[in-house]
Amino acid sequence: MKPFDYQRAHDVAQAVATVAAEPGAVFLGGGTNLVDHLKLGITAPELLVDVTRLHLDEVEELGDGGVRIGAGVRNSDLAAHPLIRQRYPVLSEALLAGASGQLRNAATTGGNLLQRTRCVYFQDTTTPCNKREPGSGCSALGGYTRHHAIFGASEHCSATHPSDMAVAMLMLDAVVEVQGATGPRRVALADLHRLPGDRPQDDTILEHGDLITAVELPAAPIARRSRYRKVRDRASYAFALVSVAAAVEVADGRITEARLALGGVAHKPWRAERAESALRGAVADDEAFAAAAEAELARARPLEGNAVKLPLLRGAITAVLRDLCEEDSR
Amino acid sequence: METEIKLRINGERYSLRVDTRTTLLDALREGLGVTSTKKGCDHGQCGSCTVLLDGRRTLSCLTLAVTTDDTEIVTAEGLGGDNEPHPLHRAFIDNDAFQCGYCTPGQICSAAGMLTELDAGHPSAATPQGSEPRLDDDEIRERMSGNLCRCGAYSHIVSAIREVGGRA
Ligand SMILES: Cc1cc2nc3c(=O)[nH]c(=O)nc-3n(C[C@H](O)[C@H](O)[C@H](O)COP(=O)(O)OP(=O)(O)OC[C@H]3O[C@@H](n4cnc5c(N)ncnc54)[C@H](O)[C@@H]3O)c2cc1C
Ligand code: FES
Ligand code: FES
Repeated sequence: MKPFDYQRAHDVAQAVATVAAEPGAVFLGGGTNLVDHLKLGITAPELLVDVTRLHLDEVEELGDGGVRIGAGVRNSDLAAHPLIRQRYPVLSEALLAGASGQLRNAATTGGNLLQRTRCVYFQDTTTPCNKREPGSGCSALGGYTRHHAIFGASEHCSATHPSDMAVAMLMLDAVVEVQGATGPRRVALADLHRLPGDRPQDDTILEHGDLITAVELPAAPIARRSRYRKVRDRASYAFALVSVAAAVEVADGRITEARLALGGVAHKPWRAERAESALRGAVADDEAFAAAAEAELARARPLEGNAVKLPLLRGAITAVLRDLCEEDSR
Repeated sequence: METEIKLRINGERYSLRVDTRTTLLDALREGLGVTSTKKGCDHGQCGSCTVLLDGRRTLSCLTLAVTTDDTEIVTAEGLGGDNEPHPLHRAFIDNDAFQCGYCTPGQICSAAGMLTELDAGHPSAATPQGSEPRLDDDEIRERMSGNLCRCGAYSHIVSAIREVGGRA
């Protein structure tokens, strides 16, 4: 590991100015992804600016029924927070489906959103990878692709974004508060992560020095009944093969509103808009759930090693919708 | 680059000079001879390096020592001594909850942290939506999934934790 300096930030503006001014500087949250990357040699910063003591660790109720989550709130505390459990149970479930108790105690909201792909080639510095080393090639082409993208990939990269939390937040129309060198701004979570295109090295639209300070969840009565379902190679402590965050409203047996986001399937958390529109107005039955899944899957482009994600997704989408609608009719 | 940190480890105060690259795990084992904390994978994947940091279970292999200035660390040996073992130490022995013992200090710290979380009403993935968690085997298995045991002592680990948790 290359030597680096360490600073503990006590002030948001100062932290941003320090990192913005120093090309080799990075923010340090809980460190559960970054420290691993330092060890693996994926990144070699010159300065770590620790942002965990910036007091960005509040979960606040907003006047309009929404909630504002500080970027430093730990994943375990967010999952256990009464406001989240009552208003956005899908978010609590998504967090608890990720990593382990120890990791969730350390991982922060900001760090979780910006965690990097678990693509085996990205993590192995002896193999070519366009994301880690632009222009070096993509080893996943013709390689091991069980965990790779079925939506929105490019010839340059088919890595997936690994966060469970982000999938639930996307379904909840979350807005990310960012402090940059030129001041604060708000970015819809849907616009934060990008598709790889020919610049897979850029996971997000953020600029060097941009600090995530909070995530806002707008009021969403629909989310009081919402679920997260994750399918993986072992029952716990494993990344998603596929996952589904969903909420529905049903009146007189018909779906009046549906929200669906998918994880483990693209370079970013994936909003299943086609499935959502197929569901709106449909009779809430298995046939409609399957049709919604097909509508989304029609635009999937599976690779040799990950075609299994199609039936998994079909099953997960149908099951989560059935659960939600059954609950509704009770 | 070296930095000075002050922290408490198993009740004792320490003032240490650490390289910014040193993990808490290496600082404990190599620097201070606190060897109950084990290095399994060094990448957050096995749980054998679990310690309590300000009372919360955390992986010491992914924690840089410089970030622990002004904190309190407790390791498996700090939870109790030879003459007064912690109830979890006792229960692991009584229930035959290990074979080689390599994962055990991490299991014990993780179990201690997890029982505190459960007492505080924190849910897990095994808790049905909208209900409060109860200590049952599914909850124990899910909450302990971050601690791997290559010897496969899992079923006895579950009994040991159930015994201690049920007593509280
Ligand atoms: C074994 C293992 C299993 C895991 N399983 C899962 C899983 O199943 N599901 C899942 O979702 N995740 C999983 N994770 C990943 C885990 O959730 C992330 O490592 C964690 O959320 C990252 O948060 P952090 O605070 O530790 O980030 P850090 O490691 O501190 O930082 C990550 C990145 O974000 C940047 N950063 C941090 N905070 C900010 C900020 N406020 N503003 C701007 N940039 C910032 C850092 O510079 C860095 O680039 C797993 C991790 C491990 C090690
Ligand atoms: S050594 Fe830390 S989790 Fe394996
Ligand atoms: S007792 Fe040997 S690894 Fe768990």
